[in-house]
Amino acid sequence: MNAAPQIAEALARLPAYLGGHVAVSVTALLLGLAVSLPLAFASMRRPALRSVLLGAASVVQTIPSLALLALFYPLLLGIAALTERSFGAGFSALGFLPSVLALTLYSMLPVLRNTIAGLNGIDPAVSEAALGVGMTRRQSLVMVELPLALPIIMAGIRTAAIWVIGAATLSTPIGQTSLGNYIFTGLQTQNWVFVLFGCAAAAMFALLVDQLLALMENGLARRKRAWVAGGGLGIALLTLAALAPGLSQPRAAYVIGTKPFTEQYVLAALIGQRLGDGGLSTTTREGLGSAVIFDALRAGEIDVYVDYTGTIWTNQMRRNDTKPRAEMLAGMKEWLNREHGIVLAGGLGFENAYALAMRSGRAERLGIRTLADLARHAATLSIAGDYEFFGRPEWQLIRQAYGLAFREQRTMQPEFMYAAVAGGEADVIAGYTSDGRIAQHRLVVLDDPKHVIPPYDAVLLVSPKRAGDQALLAALAPLADAISITAMREANLRASGGGASVTEAARWLSNEIQKKSVAR
Amino acid sequence: MSPAPAAISFDDVSKRYGENAAPVLDRVSLDVREREFLAVVGPSGSGKTTLLRLINRLIEPSTGLVRVNGEDVQGADAASLRRRIGYVFQGVGLFPHMTVAENIAITPRLLGWDQARMAARVDELLALVRLDREKHRLRFPAQLSGGEGQRVGLARALAAKPAIMLMDEPFGALDPLTRGALGEDYRALHGELGLTTVMITHDMLEALLLADRIAVIRDGRIVAQGTPQQLMNGAQDGYVRELMAAPRRQAERLRALDTK
Repeated sequence: MNAAPQIAEALARLPAYLGGHVAVSVTALLLGLAVSLPLAFASMRRPALRSVLLGAASVVQTIPSLALLALFYPLLLGIAALTERSFGAGFSALGFLPSVLALTLYSMLPVLRNTIAGLNGIDPAVSEAALGVGMTRRQSLVMVELPLALPIIMAGIRTAAIWVIGAATLSTPIGQTSLGNYIFTGLQTQNWVFVLFGCAAAAMFALLVDQLLALMENGLARRKRAWVAGGGLGIALLTLAALAPGLSQPRAAYVIGTKPFTEQYVLAALIGQRLGDGGLSTTTREGLGSAVIFDALRAGEIDVYVDYTGTIWTNQMRRNDTKPRAEMLAGMKEWLNREHGIVLAGGLGFENAYALAMRSGRAERLGIRTLADLARHAATLSIAGDYEFFGRPEWQLIRQAYGLAFREQRTMQPEFMYAAVAGGEADVIAGYTSDGRIAQHRLVVLDDPKHVIPPYDAVLLVSPKRAGDQALLAALAPLADAISITAMREANLRASGGGASVTEAARWLSNEIQKKSVAR
Repeated sequence: MSPAPAAISFDDVSKRYGENAAPVLDRVSLDVREREFLAVVGPSGSGKTTLLRLINRLIEPSTGLVRVNGEDVQGADAASLRRRIGYVFQGVGLFPHMTVAENIAITPRLLGWDQARMAARVDELLALVRLDREKHRLRFPAQLSGGEGQRVGLARALAAKPAIMLMDEPFGALDPLTRGALGEDYRALHGELGLTTVMITHDMLEALLLADRIAVIRDGRIVAQGTPQQLMNGAQDGYVRELMAAPRRQAERLRALDTK
């Protein structure tokens, strides 16, 4: 496989991703220092405050960083709704703010712990001498205690910097563009060049910042002002350089959201190309979860994304019945507009349903053709699904309707699911009907005779803010009913580990659409 | 000749840590006259260091009054009070990240002296405590011997030309030769500079050799005070007599050795 086009594409995205990464990690680190250092100084002679601080910071550290980042989103969403109601001005609960706050908390433990340890480790005779020669408490802190504790404090700051820069890759799922976009996109599309590129870029940035901090530390210890200034200037320049492309570029007019899987990346790229052709500038918020992305659209933090009717039907409308396709779509369009002011701008023409699938040979041997057949064998079989599936209402419905009880239930990346079922590690997977790999791996989709699984027609949703935006709606109009299931499968397959990039797959899909419209 | 006015006076001073704790100092009254060299002798835990720290407000009294030059120290700004009083610490307490010159010039720096005046003062003090200017000026405390460190500590305490010097076991950790030499050097400085000195020691012999007057403290109370001669000849307290016995025996033994 030739990696050159993937590397070229990765490089093309570097300014945006690195800029986002630097902005969020540097802000979080500065904020963390601004909070942690004064708190540590204040706790110098207050042991009670000290134990509370260290305890709280340690608890924060035990929360997995991904969860910490994710928790800030609903919290801020609530606060934003509150300020909107009370002051008439809300703020974006997605992306930058929750990432910065979570990473700030995350940076606090090493800084607090090292600063406190450093200050406590000072020989009491020296602290006393500082007072004895006539220093005030503040002079003693600045002239004696801080310089003596500096190497330990700086070690804490360096640890915090590395942690924050590393953890910032996880801010991608809550909508903050970062070097994590390479990693998340790469994992979804089996683009290992992207994954490696993201890891290497984050590691290099972390190492560079660490070395510049080390230079400052040495300069402070050996009293070389030039070293301190050089280190500080280096970090400032690095930050500016990373932020400059983002600052000089005009702000994109439209934000396209994506959920974390290949099809969504391809469709976002397609919409981006379509709007770009219409002279509208766009940016993407990649890898958002189903609930996050809907809230983000409602709040106007993203302008457009593709969702699936079944998902809205069960997750948002909380329905557990199934209606005929046309009736469901009409009801949903009306509900979305009435409840949230969201515009359902039309279906794309294909369905991406959840479907339980097995290797066809194995299904034949066991005589399984439907979910009802599957229920008889489930106790001896294992099932694999994506991160969302087993928590979704559809799964509860399917399980109850057919009485499915599997021997084992595993959660994994969608990309690994197909390999797992093909390799026999899982017997059944909860796959997607628009996924090209169902055919590629010779899987058979099991029938749903009770019609428990609702239709999952792909639909374009537009935020309330853009409801009257004719330029946007006009640019999206040609996509209505334009994508066949076979074209979508082919595009997904191309974008996913097939060697072609997401952008290329979207371009191919765009050509297909054009061919089709010409043929019409 | 009328007695010199009191440079430092304790008036019924007690210090206790906590409401019901036993007092560390118990109703102490004591005057130190100007230009006097007072040694405070007592066992560890007797309250000697507490007594010393009350003078420059490193510790606040629970009851009673401490006056410096007639002024209640409670009414003075602690930092500026300390800048007027030299303090030599038991553990020396030199700032490890500062050179010898910077350590010595610290109080002048806090007082806002200009660079030239500070540099001249550092040279003057290095000569005064008999350290080599070129050799020691730019060294860090970790590069000094014990005796050199003590001399720097002494120079630091003297830097801002204080009239009062407080010394907490200043020569405690030194070998006997260095200790004797440094003690005599300081006694000479005390006279030359017209200082008032309060020195804490647990070594009665040192007190006898250096001080004008000695106060013996035990369990937070002053059990005896007087000139070395008065204590040598007329001590009533059993503990004080015990304290005096050791140097006396040493002196007799030495004399006996000398005549043989």
